[in-house]
Amino acid sequence: MGKETLKGKPLVSIISAGLSKFGKNEGLYARELFSYAAKEAFDRCPSLSPKQDIKAMFIGHMGEAYEHQGHTGSAVADWSGLVGIPATRTEAACASSGAALRSGIYAVLSGLADVVIVGGVEKMTHRSTAEVTEYLAMASDYPFEQFHGITFPGLFALMATAHMNAFGTTQEQMAKVAVKNHHHACLNPKAHLQKEVTLETVLASKVVAWPLKMYDCSLITDGASCIILTKPELANKYTDQPIHIIGSGQASDTIGLYERESLTSLRSSKLAAKAAYEMAAINPSDIQVAEVHDCFTYAELMSYEDLGFCSVGKSGQLIDSGETNLGGRLPVNTSGGLKAKGHPVGATGTAQAYEIYLQLTGQADKRQVKDAKLGLTHNVGGSGATATVHIYRSDN
Amino acid sequence: MSNPVPFTIDQFYKFIEQGQLMAAKCNRCGKIHLPPRPVCDYCYGTEFSWLEVSGKGKLLTYTIIHVAPPQFQPLAPYTVGIVELESGLKLPGMVSGVEEARLKVGLELAVDFEACGTGKAWPHWRRYCFKPA
Repeated sequence: MGKETLKGKPLVSIISAGLSKFGKNEGLYARELFSYAAKEAFDRCPSLSPKQDIKAMFIGHMGEAYEHQGHTGSAVADWSGLVGIPATRTEAACASSGAALRSGIYAVLSGLADVVIVGGVEKMTHRSTAEVTEYLAMASDYPFEQFHGITFPGLFALMATAHMNAFGTTQEQMAKVAVKNHHHACLNPKAHLQKEVTLETVLASKVVAWPLKMYDCSLITDGASCIILTKPELANKYTDQPIHIIGSGQASDTIGLYERESLTSLRSSKLAAKAAYEMAAINPSDIQVAEVHDCFTYAELMSYEDLGFCSVGKSGQLIDSGETNLGGRLPVNTSGGLKAKGHPVGATGTAQAYEIYLQLTGQADKRQVKDAKLGLTHNVGGSGATATVHIYRSDN
Repeated sequence: MSNPVPFTIDQFYKFIEQGQLMAAKCNRCGKIHLPPRPVCDYCYGTEFSWLEVSGKGKLLTYTIIHVAPPQFQPLAPYTVGIVELESGLKLPGMVSGVEEARLKVGLELAVDFEACGTGKAWPHWRRYCFKPA
């Protein structure tokens, strides 16, 4: 199938979705967490017979260091009652399940599997902050970044400093992202933190990697997510409310931040977005609700520019305008985002898809964006060496 | 493969230990690699020449790390940045000897080959750092 023939047409359809509670899930292993997400997805779709219908599984999982457990695909398939199916772990740092979703689309479009479950999981909170800092840094360049003590918040702080210097972006503007996403999370019962924060609290919080402070950082969280995909022509067999994925993009960039052309934008995000928008035959201004990769508050601002929600250098003004708040022109991270819903890294990409699925099927309750028909997810791996962008449409 | 001095990251750090900042120039397309690579990502050439580059440059961006991984906790808080060298090549590293109030984009710095604090673990290479020019 040529790229031209895909324009605006559904690539695959989502027939169900599931999400574990995000937070500190003490005493639960990753595979156990995932089984809750899978069960929710199975329960939502009674006409699906998981053991008979699901033909493949792709699972995003970043780090075996957390539980001393690799081989996550099969472990999770086992605990989800799906032993026997091909189950593969995809790893692309914090974009591991964005990559799982992309892999699921490949599988369905190839014709090899009619129904596929894609998802992700991470169990992190049993480790100390120093250990998590070390494990997360493994997604960055070892000999020139980790080896020189550059942490993950450090990499995004380097980008934030460059943006502040180039465009006059302020720490207050970054802090507004945290205030917004914490507010949204208060409307999401599955979010890790349901707690409002004030601008002053964010600005006064402990420095992690200047200019980023504790409240500029996403949360260390346990969680699991999944969605179930099928061919568009089969979707109505399983649900009256399928959500179609009409655009998919994934791109890579240099592993080292220092080698990039720009320190204020992510080329991977821009390439993935361009591919997804072209496939979907829509413009950024058509998007009605978006979940973007706010691993740090600055990262959300940068995504506004890279995804075309505003022009280069103007993301500070966009957050100031309030247009990305719930009730605004383009609500961003209605789930609470990585910032407040939490960021169990391997689970994040499909957790974003879960939120858009709820929004486009009218199931987002107190945080529902009225009449949303077109949504977008944006998942970044590492400091941007991977990005995935997906575009979703409801025809209901 | 027979080249006695391989164009690798490990060799880059061996030169650092000797007080030299060495890049590799691809003999086929002329692209300069810092760090060196055994295969040119532009033309896939495998023949290179060593090129000593100036360690002077300007700070492109920086951050002050307060929350550090276990290996670096004894050093925290510490400053790291990305420096654009006079040749236009870019290199990240720790910035030492600059007070926080004096840190700014554009600050003139130079590579320093004296062992920069290592904390503990990862002792396999000597770490360069940047100091005021």
